[in-house]
Amino acid sequence: MSFQLICFYAFAAVTVGAALAVISVRSPVHAALSLVLTFFSTACVWLLADAEFLAIALVLVYVGAVMVLFLFVVMMLDLDLDPLREGFVRALPVGLLVAVVMLVEMLGLIGVRSMQLPAPAEPAAAAGMSNTVWLANALFSQYLLPFEVAALILTVAIVAAVPLTLRHRVGTKTQNPARQVMVQARDRVRIVKMDAVKPAAAAAKARESTTP
Amino acid sequence: MITLAHFLTLAAVLFCIAVAGIFINRKNVITLLMAIELMLLAVNTNFVAFSRFLGDASGQVFVFFILTVAAAESAIGLAILVVLFRNRATINVTEIDSMKG
Repeated sequence: MSFQLICFYAFAAVTVGAALAVISVRSPVHAALSLVLTFFSTACVWLLADAEFLAIALVLVYVGAVMVLFLFVVMMLDLDLDPLREGFVRALPVGLLVAVVMLVEMLGLIGVRSMQLPAPAEPAAAAGMSNTVWLANALFSQYLLPFEVAALILTVAIVAAVPLTLRHRVGTKTQNPARQVMVQARDRVRIVKMDAVKPAAAAAKARESTTP
Repeated sequence: MITLAHFLTLAAVLFCIAVAGIFINRKNVITLLMAIELMLLAVNTNFVAFSRFLGDASGQVFVFFILTVAAAESAIGLAILVVLFRNRATINVTEIDSMKG
């Protein structure tokens, strides 16, 4: 048994254990933290498959961004866990049965015994470049348009997520920049036309009216 | 030596754990989202393994795109979850039935 194989079994065991913890622990915060551990050990497994760039990307994107988002949301919501957990024990046998049957079918389908051929030489190293360069060569030549579309999808996701969570409360004083820009001078200053009045005559008339 | 079967088995086990998680946590939307992330991870592991053993960069490029779309999906999903909790004060799937589906 080579050192690589020992490492693989260790990382795979941590991955599976953490994944089991994700679906079985009671608190969603603990589940999210277990999912972080799952992603991290899967990144280690990917490193063993010589996918260095994607392993680092998984840690950066998932552990660094997506799971922090999950933790934020989970901690922001004030959850009552008991109704969410009811039916757990009742659904457990069915879930286990389906999972085990699926696993047996998948392993039979992919023919695990027949795929035990050793790995060929690492393709990136065989081409004389690092994994990142190898990936970038494919990404920026053959897949340039999908790459741009992926950037567009991320932008759309940001633009969609902001108005979804935006809320207008009544009674708060906020500025509306669109209305501020559109304001005209006549909305601010009102010029009133009045007839000119002689002050002395007006005063005399007022005195006359108060003392009859 | 690590063979292709090792990676495929690990991915299959992860996928089945995620399916079991969807079955036994039917009421909790957060755990359902996490199970979906686990499924995507299993699929990505398959892609990485095949890319390594077939010597084709397309598999890893695909993983790249799946990561992108999954990040966008979880951002939108969590935003919907926050709005849902704000309006209904629950994330219990059995209570979210206003559309009578």
